[in-house]
Amino acid sequence: MPQVLLVEDNQDDVELALHAFRGSTVAPTIIVVRDGEEALEYLFGTGRHAGRTSRELPALVLLDLQLPGIGGLEVLRRLRERPETRRIPVVILTTSDDQADIIGGYDRGVNSYIRKPTAFESFSDMVRQLEHYWLVTNLAPPS
Amino acid sequence: MARHKVLLIEDNADDVDMVLHACSHSGLNADVVVIRDGGDALDYLFQGLLPLPDVVVLDLTLPRLGGLDVLRSIRGNPGTRRIPVVVLTSSSSDADMRTSYDLGANSFIRKPHGFEAFAGVIGQLERYWLGLNIRPPA
Repeated sequence: MPQVLLVEDNQDDVELALHAFRGSTVAPTIIVVRDGEEALEYLFGTGRHAGRTSRELPALVLLDLQLPGIGGLEVLRRLRERPETRRIPVVILTTSDDQADIIGGYDRGVNSYIRKPTAFESFSDMVRQLEHYWLVTNLAPPS
Repeated sequence: MARHKVLLIEDNADDVDMVLHACSHSGLNADVVVIRDGGDALDYLFQGLLPLPDVVVLDLTLPRLGGLDVLRSIRGNPGTRRIPVVVLTSSSSDADMRTSYDLGANSFIRKPHGFEAFAGVIGQLERYWLGLNIRPPA
């Protein structure tokens, strides 16, 4: 069962995503972390997630940019630095259409940048499209 | 809204035909520029013609300059380094996959066998990179 790491502090968006994934065919395990620091702890097996083995890395990271503490772009920079996490597909999922965020994401090696739709139906469609593209069609090397 | 542009770097005529067919049926109104040689692809990209492609679909086995070298050059040029690049290949080598990501590929897709499966993947690729992904500013 592939894992998806959802890095998102907005509760409504977390629930929308979880709901959309529940109706999916791939049925990945969704890990939700609500700030940048915990995202890094989860990925690196440190802090609150000490003792996790590196074999359990997610097949996809969905990364919000506006997070409490360490922001999304910094999370991306740090996970691209580490050999064990540098090839994990990361999709920025944000309400920001700030050009600096888009450029910052691509410059730090994000795989894709997506703006969160506001309507419920569109959000579900987006999650299904994301899931199928990154968990079925795209290939990434095992961590 | 400006038309979308896909740059397909592919030397296999059958694969080119399948991509063009799939794109013409997707309803996404995309211009597909086909270049069959790695060196020509870089000449095209580096002439600074705008708009840049929304996505580059890159085969790995190409005449003159291979796909991995094309990818390295795209990422090394300030004008093209952020363009999303999807490697679309029949290679089943893990080394090609790892190297593609290490050189900055956004996505790596193995060409499926059979027309329907191939068309399905192209349609999905187009919907994702033209319809959902936000391209970097030029």
